[in-house]
Amino acid sequence: MLSDKTRRIRSRDILVFSTLRNEQVRLPYFLQYYREMGVSHFLFVDNDSTDGSADYLAQQADCSVWTTQAGYKRARFGVDWLNWLQMKYGHGHWTLVVDPDEFLVYPFCDTRPLPALCDWLDASSIKSFSAMLLDMYPKGRLDAQPYTPGQDPLEIASWFDAGNYTFAKNHRYGNLWIQGGPRMRVFFPEAPAKAPALNKIPLVKWDRKYAYVSSTHMLLPRGLNQVFDEFGGEKASGVLLHTKFLDTFNTKAKEELQRKQHYAASVEYRAYADTLKDDPDLWCNWSEKYINWRQLEILGLMSKGNWA
Amino acid sequence: MTAGVGIIMLVHTALNRAEQVARHWAAAGCPVVIHADRNVSAKTYGAFRKALSDVENVRFVQRHRCEWGTWGIVAATQEASERMLADFPDVRHVYLASGSCLPLRPVQELIEYLADRPRTDFIESATTADVPWTVGGLDAERFTLRFPFSWKKHRVLFDGYVKLQRRLRMRRRIPNGIVPHMGSQWWCLTRQTLSAILNDPDREAYDRYFKRVWIPDESYFQSLARLYATNIESRSLTLSKFDFQGKPHIFYDDHLQLLHRSDCFVARKIWPHADKLYRVLLSAPNGEQRRTEPNPGKIDRVFSKAVQRRTRGRTGLYMQSRYPRDGWENGLTADKYSVFQGFAELFEDFDHWLQRATGTRVHGHLFAPEEVQFADHQRYMAGALSDSPAARDYRPRDFLTNLLWNTRGERQCFQFGPRDNQALIWDMAKDPNAQISVISGAWALPLFRSNRDFPDIRADAAELQRIESRFLDALHSPFAKARIRVWTLSEFVESPMEPLQLVIDEIGAKTPRRLAEAPTMCDLKGFGHFLQNLKNQGMHPYLTGDFPIDPTGGRIPPKPGKKPYLVRK
Repeated sequence: MLSDKTRRIRSRDILVFSTLRNEQVRLPYFLQYYREMGVSHFLFVDNDSTDGSADYLAQQADCSVWTTQAGYKRARFGVDWLNWLQMKYGHGHWTLVVDPDEFLVYPFCDTRPLPALCDWLDASSIKSFSAMLLDMYPKGRLDAQPYTPGQDPLEIASWFDAGNYTFAKNHRYGNLWIQGGPRMRVFFPEAPAKAPALNKIPLVKWDRKYAYVSSTHMLLPRGLNQVFDEFGGEKASGVLLHTKFLDTFNTKAKEELQRKQHYAASVEYRAYADTLKDDPDLWCNWSEKYINWRQLEILGLMSKGNWA
Repeated sequence: MTAGVGIIMLVHTALNRAEQVARHWAAAGCPVVIHADRNVSAKTYGAFRKALSDVENVRFVQRHRCEWGTWGIVAATQEASERMLADFPDVRHVYLASGSCLPLRPVQELIEYLADRPRTDFIESATTADVPWTVGGLDAERFTLRFPFSWKKHRVLFDGYVKLQRRLRMRRRIPNGIVPHMGSQWWCLTRQTLSAILNDPDREAYDRYFKRVWIPDESYFQSLARLYATNIESRSLTLSKFDFQGKPHIFYDDHLQLLHRSDCFVARKIWPHADKLYRVLLSAPNGEQRRTEPNPGKIDRVFSKAVQRRTRGRTGLYMQSRYPRDGWENGLTADKYSVFQGFAELFEDFDHWLQRATGTRVHGHLFAPEEVQFADHQRYMAGALSDSPAARDYRPRDFLTNLLWNTRGERQCFQFGPRDNQALIWDMAKDPNAQISVISGAWALPLFRSNRDFPDIRADAAELQRIESRFLDALHSPFAKARIRVWTLSEFVESPMEPLQLVIDEIGAKTPRRLAEAPTMCDLKGFGHFLQNLKNQGMHPYLTGDFPIDPTGGRIPPKPGKKPYLVRK
């Protein structure tokens, strides 16, 4: 424990939970983005950062920070740490679990702050809100435009794949399993089944009885995973803009590969390293340039549902 | 001075907003009687009363517990109405509002509107038989069963007791044979009507009855007003939209223009933190008075579209929050498309010809085993769909639905055949968006042209015929909903232009016209012999139809530059 400011949390606050390792460069914009959205307190688990991330966060008035040296893998990719923190501090709050490179967009997010969404979800008796991961990437080499602290990463990684996602229902947990996007297209064209999962349920009205099963891909109890309509209608949903693919990515991928702390013996990171050393351009002539949430809604990546 | 319009406010949360709105009404000369839910803490309530203590014509009444769908709301309204009529003798119309209601037009406009209609009661009031506004599957039974249990807190008891009463055929007697009506809770009644309801000698009987009715706040005044009102306008002056679960839609800052243009007097519910709405709508009115009728049409469309999206969704879209079960898709695919089997085998350069003739996007064999043949040999297609056959075969259905969703508005055509991945034959056959045209037996043509050992050809022919016949079974099944046409190869070769014209007309190119140019048919010389050889080896290519051994008998040689012979229907 480095900095505990959780006594400042008020009963109706929206809380962000996040794990990180060496993300100092991303933190200023990350905090700014979610503060402006209406998040009141951040709870971080710092996994042995060496770049001063933890100290930076400890200086923020609205951040509580815990540090650990335990392996990311042994703690089931960070889930256990966060489950514990959520159980302790999240009960009765709307909680948002995001990484420092993930930016939530939801219907009307340019005119309605996050508390408006949470109030509406409360009024509609909805306890969990889906936001699939949308991988964003720059046009050209990943290292062509360096990212500077405080900068909106979407200025660089402003492109995405609009319509190459696949879906399957996971009957064990009742969630949807989503794959696709540039990671399947570029890194796993011959082995699509290995492409990473993109389904996420990051926003939940937390109860101490709940738990994330694997990252934020699915939860228990199973009912929380029913974020999709099965009879033709659309439920409201958002998107997590995933800005992993910046100039910082190559170093990160190499480091993660050495640490071997990621899922499935880091098959994902090995594929990145192999592909990116030859041709680090994820852009193609059908890539879509990000404009706003309305564009994502029209493209069918997210939905207003019956929120109007 | 009082304005002739009194406001009853039922409040339970966001009391700071309620205070703002109460001041606004009062400042325009409208007396306000406030009922606060008993669930509001004494401390909060005390502060709220104190905050409004400087406003002269505001009154507070005895607090009741107002749970949704229960009698408490009616009791509160009765109490506040009595107080209003007693304390403010000038009031002619009483307007029932909530703490999350917000006036959209200057109060003076409402005052004048009502002054012009002194005998009119504005209360939405319809009989249960005529409207489908029900939650929980109860309509007429709302009024014939008893509902002592809370729907929100004790759903099991609620449902159980409904079932029990149904089984025992218990029916309640409706007092004095009044006809139950229901409608929006937010009304505006004249003093005459309201006082007649409150002072009815039989009120006790009515109250006893309605206390056990399901959602009395939407039926008590709505039913009783019918007994006394001389002139009922069955509509609410409060703009209040409900979603498909019967929950009120909430208004936010970005609705400001929409609300303005609705010309409604009052809207609910407003999100308490919609600062801009409160700031703009509660500021002093400027400009001249408008005498327009409320016109919620446009706002209705926005909200009914939301309900439509929530209940039916966008056809052909599969995504994180819309993943319909089999049969619940409301249409499998997003747009119309054409599937051609055998055409690319029979005609040289069929793809380009079709593209010129129809102006659509024409792909090769999208489901070929070794490659995804996107139009113009592109590596990626709309939506960054990949040409990786492994990715396509991983979820073939997603591949097709993605392609059609990504290109909606631009018709897609592609070639298909028995060599291709057959995973989707049933999906396509059942899809009304598909136009499927098959020249059966055309798979024999590439074999005929190939330079391979005959035993291999024979084995391939048998396999391809087996696969094609399975596809034809799907196309001929009673579940098939696609536009399907099947010709045998021999039939088609006999007169190719008529079927081609038919298919192209159906694709509906912008200017329906006769085909100016025919696709070039490949050379069929010797093909009849080839088929006979297969037969002699015991493999009967029945799907090609009867082909004469002498090919010149059945073949129309293409004549470049000459208009093809066409039979028009």
